[in-house]
Amino acid sequence: MMTHREALEVVIPHRRDQVVVTTMGSVAIWSQLSDSPLDFHYLPSSMGQGVALGLGLCLAQGTNSRGVIVFTGDGGLLMNLGCLVTVAQYRVPLYILLIDNGLYEVTGGQPVAGARRTNFAALARAAGIPRVYECRERHEWAIVAEEALHGDGPVFVWLQVQGELGKVTPTAPRPMAEQIARLQQAWR
Amino acid sequence: MIDPQDIVSALASAGFTHVVWIPDSHLGRWEAAILASRLSLIRVCREGEAVGVAMGLILGGAKPVVVIQCTGFFEAGDAIRNAVYDLKLPLKLIIGVRSAQAARRGATTDNCPYFTEKVVTAWELPHTHFDPTTATAADTQRELQSLAHQPFAAAILWAE
Repeated sequence: MMTHREALEVVIPHRRDQVVVTTMGSVAIWSQLSDSPLDFHYLPSSMGQGVALGLGLCLAQGTNSRGVIVFTGDGGLLMNLGCLVTVAQYRVPLYILLIDNGLYEVTGGQPVAGARRTNFAALARAAGIPRVYECRERHEWAIVAEEALHGDGPVFVWLQVQGELGKVTPTAPRPMAEQIARLQQAWR
Repeated sequence: MIDPQDIVSALASAGFTHVVWIPDSHLGRWEAAILASRLSLIRVCREGEAVGVAMGLILGGAKPVVVIQCTGFFEAGDAIRNAVYDLKLPLKLIIGVRSAQAARRGATTDNCPYFTEKVVTAWELPHTHFDPTTATAADTQRELQSLAHQPFAAAILWAE
């Protein structure tokens, strides 16, 4: 099974001009891999709202949307599972990458409800998301990443990764106001 | 009672671009007029999610208004806290206050009017009260223009 970091590393060569929204554990890793003004580290956050925020960004741009990649965790998605149904109503270039480690990692590694039993790909398909991928190994993800991260959306990618203990609560590399200013300037 | 068509026209002329909502039996009467307008209607599954979508819309340069019942406002507290105080976004809400009109007549035991005022105040969310049973179309237009043009987050408590 791939690591969280490997899951994010695979995205780097395939990301073009999309906005990337990171949440929770992905904030610390992505900020080591990328420093684009189109990176939006959604922290401090309201847990579970990353996908909704990404959808809003897509809808704001209408049919000319450059596309939005959202890294969400399994704990966050479980807090707002209905967002899959909401997203499926729209044909927008929203690429939801679920980092499923089965844990609330930064709180000490307690398992999420239904850890490693929930089939998130099936949930996404049942919600009506037309393109769904699932990968456990880095090489599997590397093979499909180019296809998964481009073209018609929404897209849902279920990335099962190793649970890692000892992680601390991440901090965003910049204050929120600066992040928003950078994003909005680059977005125009 | 102000006509839904007048409400939606006022929302559009105030500059709102999207209505993100979960309707209740009062607000739901606006739907046909919204669908016939230039406003984009975004249906979500829970009220906190409505705030999340609105955050993205605002960051992307749109002017959404979140339209929800007070019960959903109670549920959406953390998302509102995050939008207004962490991201400092000019989130605009119309919050339908269930049983507000009956409460004024002393004709309900519904605790929604009582707690809506308490919770909006607790979140330090600037707000006004609006009664569609006595308002004219011009009143509605003024109220929604005022909401739209506040540079900070604000809400209208809409008496149902």
